[in-house]
Amino acid sequence: MNQWKNFTKGLIRENPILVLILGTCPTLATTSSAINGVSMGLATTFVLVGSNVVISLIANMIPSKVRIPAYIVVIASFVTIIDLAMQAYVPAIYETLGLFIPLIVVNCIVLGRAEAFASKNTVVSSLFDGLGMGLGFALALGILGAIREILGAGQIFGIELMNQGALVFVLAPGAFIALGYLIALVNKIKK
Amino acid sequence: MAKKDSFVNMVVTLFVITAIPAVLLGFVYKFTKEPIEQAKKIKLSNSIDLVVPGASTAEINQFSVMPETGKDSLTFYEVVSENKIIGTAVQTYSDNAFGGRITIMVGFKPDGTIIDNDVLEHSETPGLGDKASKSKSDWNSQFKDKNPKEFNINLKKDGGEVDAITAATISSRAYIDALQRAYDAFIKYYTNSSDIEESLTIEEIDEQIEQKTELETNDTEKGGVE
Repeated sequence: MNQWKNFTKGLIRENPILVLILGTCPTLATTSSAINGVSMGLATTFVLVGSNVVISLIANMIPSKVRIPAYIVVIASFVTIIDLAMQAYVPAIYETLGLFIPLIVVNCIVLGRAEAFASKNTVVSSLFDGLGMGLGFALALGILGAIREILGAGQIFGIELMNQGALVFVLAPGAFIALGYLIALVNKIKK
Repeated sequence: MAKKDSFVNMVVTLFVITAIPAVLLGFVYKFTKEPIEQAKKIKLSNSIDLVVPGASTAEINQFSVMPETGKDSLTFYEVVSENKIIGTAVQTYSDNAFGGRITIMVGFKPDGTIIDNDVLEHSETPGLGDKASKSKSDWNSQFKDKNPKEFNINLKKDGGEVDAITAATISSRAYIDALQRAYDAFIKYYTNSSDIEESLTIEEIDEQIEQKTELETNDTEKGGVE
């Protein structure tokens, strides 16, 4: 039951984007369409799960003064793995996400979970925490991407819904507007 | 809890924690190297095939040509089928685009007629300048089957015959700039067939002689038309 809690808290209650407001840079930049948002979310999930597991394993062996560089090395390794793997097997998605894949290294959620959760909890708890947080991130990015794609381009996952969208939603201002309303909505529901 | 913060402890920990991923990533790199190259090759050959139909089954000679304007060289992909050049795909660029550089692939028939063209890489505004790309709109099909010699590839507002992308004049101009650069380099290269000797490798020497005769006949044919 406790693991279930670790898993679900990332989805809504402590959702990294909608509640903790962490990692908004990739959120705003990569959600121009639903598929981009979901791919970015899943790539981050992979890194989160991997780094959470490894860091909870090695946390006790690291002197606390050098823990941050040590965590960053672990995170960067997982990011490089997903970076190379995406280049090799999904080149089309890699092209649109481009620079934002290497930038997962400095995503606050990943280091935040390593420092706040993985370094103090067991491997299994950290695994579920990473999975929940990652999927919560992917969910938020997917929803945001879907809203922007529907309103901005009049389509969803490339399927045409409307003839013409409001261009502003594909551009940067639309990202802020959509994210702002989404957070407001989540706050309203939570109350 | 955590180990003591002694100097030796920190150095050893950091060394171990960087050494292990270094080895692991080496394996990952080795493992993904082949598929990454494969993916890049497929992408390139798809874009050549788009602008010169039939390129996927033909032989392709790749070489670089320095244009008269611009900083970098253009890449020519000469598509040779049954010892005859059926077209040349030129990878060209312009630095005047709204978002910096725009890279374009354009295919020419031996007489300079544009077969087809598309954007390879760009950082134009989504919804505006990115309409230059085939996946977003059919804007660039107005260059299809046009010979820049007879068809003035300039925007209508610049005295040419091309419609600009709505609200993206700068992107349209950059696209045309790239096309023009490719066309100029293409014409210059093929009227100066002595250049070919420098750019082909020794292994291709037999091919080269055949091509040269082929080119010369092309040139004289063209001269006759003029």
